[in-house]
Amino acid sequence: MLEFSRWKVIWLWAVTLVCVAAALPSVTATFGIRWPAALPAPHVNLGLDLAGGSHILLEADPAQVGQQRIEGMDESVRAKLKAGATPIRISDISNRGGALTFLVEDVSKIDAVREAILPLTTGAGLTGQRDWKIEVIDGNRFVLTPTPEGITLAVSQAMETAVEVVRKRIDALGTREPTIIRSGANRIVVQVPGLQDPQALKNLIGKTAKLEFKLVDGTALPSDIARGIAPPGSEIVPFADAKEGAAPSIAVKRLGGIRGDQLTNAQLSNNQQTNEPTVAITFNSEGGAKFAKLTTQNVNKPFAIILDGKVLSAPNINEPILGGSAVISGSFTTESANNLAISLRSGALPVDLKVVEERTVGPDLGADSIRKGMIAMGVGTLALMTFILLSYGRFGVYACIALVINVLMILGVMAIINTTLTLPGIAGFVLTIGAAVDANVLINERIREERQRGRRVVQAVEVGYKEASRAIFDANITNVIAALSMATFGTGPVRGFAIVLLIGIATSVFTAVTMTRMWVAQWLRRARPTDIAL
Amino acid sequence: MKLLKLVPDHTNIKFLRWRVPFYAGSLLLMALSLTLVFTKGLNLGVDFVGGQMIRVTFVQSAEAPVAQLRGEVGALGFGEPIIQRYGKPNEISIRMKLPAGADRDTAISDKMARTITTDLKRNHPGARIDGVDSVSGKVSGELWQSAILSLGLAALGVAAYIWVRFEWQFGIGALLSLVHDVTLTLGMFALTQLEFDLNIVAALLTLIGYSLNDTIVVYDRIRENLRKYRKMPMPELLDLSVNETLHRTIVTSLSILITLVALLLLGPEVIFGFTAAITLGIFVGTYSSIYMAAPILIWLKVTSKSFVPTETALDRQEQLARERG
Repeated sequence: MLEFSRWKVIWLWAVTLVCVAAALPSVTATFGIRWPAALPAPHVNLGLDLAGGSHILLEADPAQVGQQRIEGMDESVRAKLKAGATPIRISDISNRGGALTFLVEDVSKIDAVREAILPLTTGAGLTGQRDWKIEVIDGNRFVLTPTPEGITLAVSQAMETAVEVVRKRIDALGTREPTIIRSGANRIVVQVPGLQDPQALKNLIGKTAKLEFKLVDGTALPSDIARGIAPPGSEIVPFADAKEGAAPSIAVKRLGGIRGDQLTNAQLSNNQQTNEPTVAITFNSEGGAKFAKLTTQNVNKPFAIILDGKVLSAPNINEPILGGSAVISGSFTTESANNLAISLRSGALPVDLKVVEERTVGPDLGADSIRKGMIAMGVGTLALMTFILLSYGRFGVYACIALVINVLMILGVMAIINTTLTLPGIAGFVLTIGAAVDANVLINERIREERQRGRRVVQAVEVGYKEASRAIFDANITNVIAALSMATFGTGPVRGFAIVLLIGIATSVFTAVTMTRMWVAQWLRRARPTDIAL
Repeated sequence: MKLLKLVPDHTNIKFLRWRVPFYAGSLLLMALSLTLVFTKGLNLGVDFVGGQMIRVTFVQSAEAPVAQLRGEVGALGFGEPIIQRYGKPNEISIRMKLPAGADRDTAISDKMARTITTDLKRNHPGARIDGVDSVSGKVSGELWQSAILSLGLAALGVAAYIWVRFEWQFGIGALLSLVHDVTLTLGMFALTQLEFDLNIVAALLTLIGYSLNDTIVVYDRIRENLRKYRKMPMPELLDLSVNETLHRTIVTSLSILITLVALLLLGPEVIFGFTAAITLGIFVGTYSSIYMAAPILIWLKVTSKSFVPTETALDRQEQLARERG
């Protein structure tokens, strides 16, 4: 028990030194000393509640993803059935009510339709489900419903894309070290340290930036549009900013338009006549060709530029636009035009994101908290050390050295695994300091008890460490159970607290039990005391 | 040098003699706490009921003009604010319910935060906005659920661990003393109306781990003594175990309390409630490790036979001696 081989001693000190060394950059930073840039500097990150900044939780609606899939399927089915050698006629197409339904006019073609549609579906999930359920009811009506597995998969893919898009947009703002991670099935956590006004950020992330060019349906009667009735094959789309006296919305043709997602660039520009901010877009070759075709076929007709379901402007196509670039105008401010350019460059979000939780912390509160936390920790530690020294003498000295090393090791481990210190984490630190000496108290009391029972010094120390270890172990395990429960339930600050507790439990067993035992053993061998003051 | 001893050696306090009145008292306190929680209610923060919380420090004045603010913010047309001090008298939080429709359109709650903070800064040049939290009803509902779930799981988890390491009676004793500590802490929150937020749940979870530390030390000694003194009546054995571990129970609790009190008095105000919860819990936990966790073992009929004795050399010798005799 008290035998420490040379290798074990070296190993224990090596672990200690590595952890303590890793803590040094954080310690020097606290006292305002610059750490030499040439040296590696692992450091403890400060959480948003200490550094200040914004935390935003975004959520997507899975129902919207489902509807998008149905609309996409609508287009694919039409195109597929039209494209075959003998086009199959379908009618009464509906993509409302959570399913795509249509009638096949020629009943003999049912099987042909089914064969044509089947390749449009794929597997989803692990147990062989398809992403669509295909049914035929009443003899000739097809009903295509996205399966829950299919929607889950689609949501997952949409969220992956959304995370990328959000990252590109935030990077474009030039913010420092944002954290953007998926959370759960349909959420994204965005954390930006130091950001005080998240409004600009939300304006940017909140825009889906789905750009569409659709032809205006000139046959629609203004009175019908006003009542929200669109001619067959058209839909009513509101203007982004309806002007006084003008119609608040416009009818556009559902099909035959193009989407503005095939862009290579989007830039803030200026209309040279009016000096109004505009956005200049450049299509890629495929998008440019589609745009050229649309404008060539519809010269002298108006088309609507639609962003996120609202018409920005509906200019006339004066001539075919073949160069693959265009300018979007529509009552922009410089900021909103710039935001649109960023959003278009980063691509459209595959799904709308809604802010469901938002927390912003000012920088002063955090600095104040750190200062007060440090003072409390210093005073608490000194008071505790005095108490332990008075209670246990030489053994108290060992406990106090272990305590100081423990604090440095926690910091070091936090720096090594690059975790985040939060406000409750500071409390966790202080709590860990108070709890770490528990082990020493239990051991020293047991040694004292064994001495009173008449055991010799070495034996008493040996039994003391052995017998006390059981309760120390059990108590630490219950703390680990509670801390793990906290780490799984908690978000941000609470998780930061749980991590400090977990690290503290591990390092305190190392310092308060293993290290002190080594020191006591070395002292016993060196001094060979016949009695100990305890 | 004479070492400090808070408790003399070889105490022989008859703790267990008063177990019935103490137990009755503890149960009464628990009932009282629960009554408080259900009648007065917990002052749930935006984390759990949704809404918006704006934290403000009035840098230039010693005290925040709470009554004036209540009028000013109330006049903005977003409903009545709940304004509370936390920590120092010049640090307050303003809590608002989210306006109708904010769940669908977040611009509405943005506008509310913006209007309130702009108004604050205009009326009070010394006001420093320290933070704005907006939590939608959906998220707060989930947070509340997962908080309850994790508290339950943690309590059952540690009780199960004690059961595995000791015996089922000890598991029940541990669970009971946990429920006691957490209930009394909740009672304090209902009584003082300190804000109950996510951090407090973290504090309760910490408590579940730490308040058991003393209980485990006592239980460990009870087990040891059960093996050592096979014939000793249970109340006497429990008294012996509690007395033998009394000094360490007091020193360990005191050492945690020393640091916690430093944190309570000098630490950041924002986590005052958090520290207060842990401090009270540790305090109550020390009591419950003696008066909740130990006596129940008598009623649950723990005897030395509860531990199948491990076949040690000592046991074998004892057996041999008996056979010869």
